[in-house]
Amino acid sequence: MDLATELTTRLETKPILLMTHLVVGYPSLDANRDVIAQMAANGVDCIELQIPFSEPTADGPVILKANQQSLNNGTSVEDCFRLGQEMAAAFPLVRFLFMTYYNIVFKYGEEAFLQRTKDIGFCGTIVADLPPEEGETYLATSEQLGLAPIQFFTPTSTDERMHEVAALAKGFIYCVARRGVTGKQTTFDDTLGSYLARCKEASTVPLAVGFGISNRDDVAMLQGKADMAVIGTATIKLVDAEGPEAVGPFIAGLLR
Amino acid sequence: MKKGYFGQWGGAFIPEVLYATFADLNKAYEAARADSSFWQEYVDLMGNYSCRPTPLTFAENLTRHLGGAKIYVKREDLNHTGAHKANNVMGQGLLVKRMGKKRVIAETGAGQHGVATATMAARFGFDCTIYMGEEDVARQRPNVFWMEKLGATVVPVTDGSRTLKDAMNEAFRDWVASMDDTHYVIGTVCGPHPFPEMVAWFQSIIGIEAKKQIMAQHGRMPDRVYACVGGGSNAMGIFQGFLDEPSVELIGVEAGGKGIATGQHASRMVDGCGATPGVAQGYKTRFLQSEEGQMLDTHSIAAGLDYVGVSPILADLGEKGRVRFESATDQEVLEALSLSMRIEGITPAMESSHAFVQAFKEAPKMDKDQAIIINMSGRGDKDIFTIAHAFDDPSWKEFIVKRADEYRK
Repeated sequence: MDLATELTTRLETKPILLMTHLVVGYPSLDANRDVIAQMAANGVDCIELQIPFSEPTADGPVILKANQQSLNNGTSVEDCFRLGQEMAAAFPLVRFLFMTYYNIVFKYGEEAFLQRTKDIGFCGTIVADLPPEEGETYLATSEQLGLAPIQFFTPTSTDERMHEVAALAKGFIYCVARRGVTGKQTTFDDTLGSYLARCKEASTVPLAVGFGISNRDDVAMLQGKADMAVIGTATIKLVDAEGPEAVGPFIAGLLR
Repeated sequence: MKKGYFGQWGGAFIPEVLYATFADLNKAYEAARADSSFWQEYVDLMGNYSCRPTPLTFAENLTRHLGGAKIYVKREDLNHTGAHKANNVMGQGLLVKRMGKKRVIAETGAGQHGVATATMAARFGFDCTIYMGEEDVARQRPNVFWMEKLGATVVPVTDGSRTLKDAMNEAFRDWVASMDDTHYVIGTVCGPHPFPEMVAWFQSIIGIEAKKQIMAQHGRMPDRVYACVGGGSNAMGIFQGFLDEPSVELIGVEAGGKGIATGQHASRMVDGCGATPGVAQGYKTRFLQSEEGQMLDTHSIAAGLDYVGVSPILADLGEKGRVRFESATDQEVLEALSLSMRIEGITPAMESSHAFVQAFKEAPKMDKDQAIIINMSGRGDKDIFTIAHAFDDPSWKEFIVKRADEYRK
């Protein structure tokens, strides 16, 4: 089943889906394993594993620091593939995606990177700095392999642009809830409501909403307006403050 | 060829949230480019507010001393704020006015682009925030002082290698939140399209002038033109005057740091430098990076050249053999600077001194009827702390110690 169909099926029994995020190798690969196990046990639908990059320009201070620390720990792209393979095999109910910046894909070799992503049982990729205009071969290869190259909607997207992007969308569309980098607080107001309505209207695949979602109220507010809530910076902060074991209860609490 | 590409280099690798911002910027840039009154307004502004045209100085003493080709120096140090940076900045300032934005942000390495941007913002009445790597804040403190006095907010960047690339990342992070009223004044011929092309256009004023001036003084084209290359904006500026003259050899001089073999350098184009193709900071070029694509730390005595990437336009010109690339070490830079000051009375910035190094190596081997131009992209007095430190100057140290004691009281 392709990712979009799978997510749509899951929505028949759940009011909203959850996607979580972590930076591979931060704080350590072992901590990643703990965290992912708890996410899986608490019914997370998708997990984006971020392959660290030295220039994460779309990320805010928390994820930026996690990228740097991970690289200082010596995390390699190979480590990310291996952890990914292990996790995809261990948690077959979770759909895994790689999130990264284009240079990582480019240096590995676009085709080789995507082929391996497919081979280890992942279902797609989220590349923050690769607009469709620069990603012709990336989109074509993903299509061939049956991977979802996730596209973005943003508050600055015109209706015209949304339709353009939606035409290329597979899996789900990542709806950036506000301007700015990851992790800053998002104010949920009327503007967000009308923006999400525009997104919904333009999209033919499920909508995932991220950038600043940190608690149960945020998730509850998204129900009916979006299909999947994305929790990024919040879990990294939580692991920093309370350790990996705090993640399970936190995830469980988001949907209670 | 695809828009924004130079051979295989360039492009616009931007996050989706900036799609509309770049669409607007491209529209404004293309409209300005098609409107000859815009260029005239720019030239008038630079003539009236800055010191354009800057002179092309015949360096009589250096020529005699080196005993070869006639040496001409294009004096961008005499441009307002002391470097070629003002050309690009004032041009973008006019564009910002046209776009109706109220705030500008910029990255800066040496601080020259930051000072120029802060100056432009003061002149045009824009709010201004400058991002500067913490390491550069420490080594270019006087420029931080001037930026703040000009009304800019200077934000030291403590991430990554705390130099130019990190300042650029941080400026992008600002921009993805603030694009509605803010323009990001990229300081060099790098970044996503249209920046390389647009900045090269504003800087072409250097080459346009230099071509006229060398014809007037030397009666024909120069044989070689030298410029230092960090991002590459001063080089692109002067080279554009001569790109269509196949007899003129163009030489870009990169930061050799402690020597290419040591790995502690900031050279992306010379043989053995280790740079490979990559995509970062919104564009594709040759970067100093690991095999997996992580950017490496770079080193140069000159903060303005201490950068992992290089202009996609220059990457292409280098690949096609139109521009020859060389490198100069920190030590050679100090020697060339000393010689230029002592016998010609000019003080090139450490960045610009890289170009002087290579010119000094080649001029003696050339004939007396040949001519070369060195682009003196900026003045060196901003570097007083670094230069005095590098020369280990005893009386300067004594002065600093005394002044520090005074402040401590």
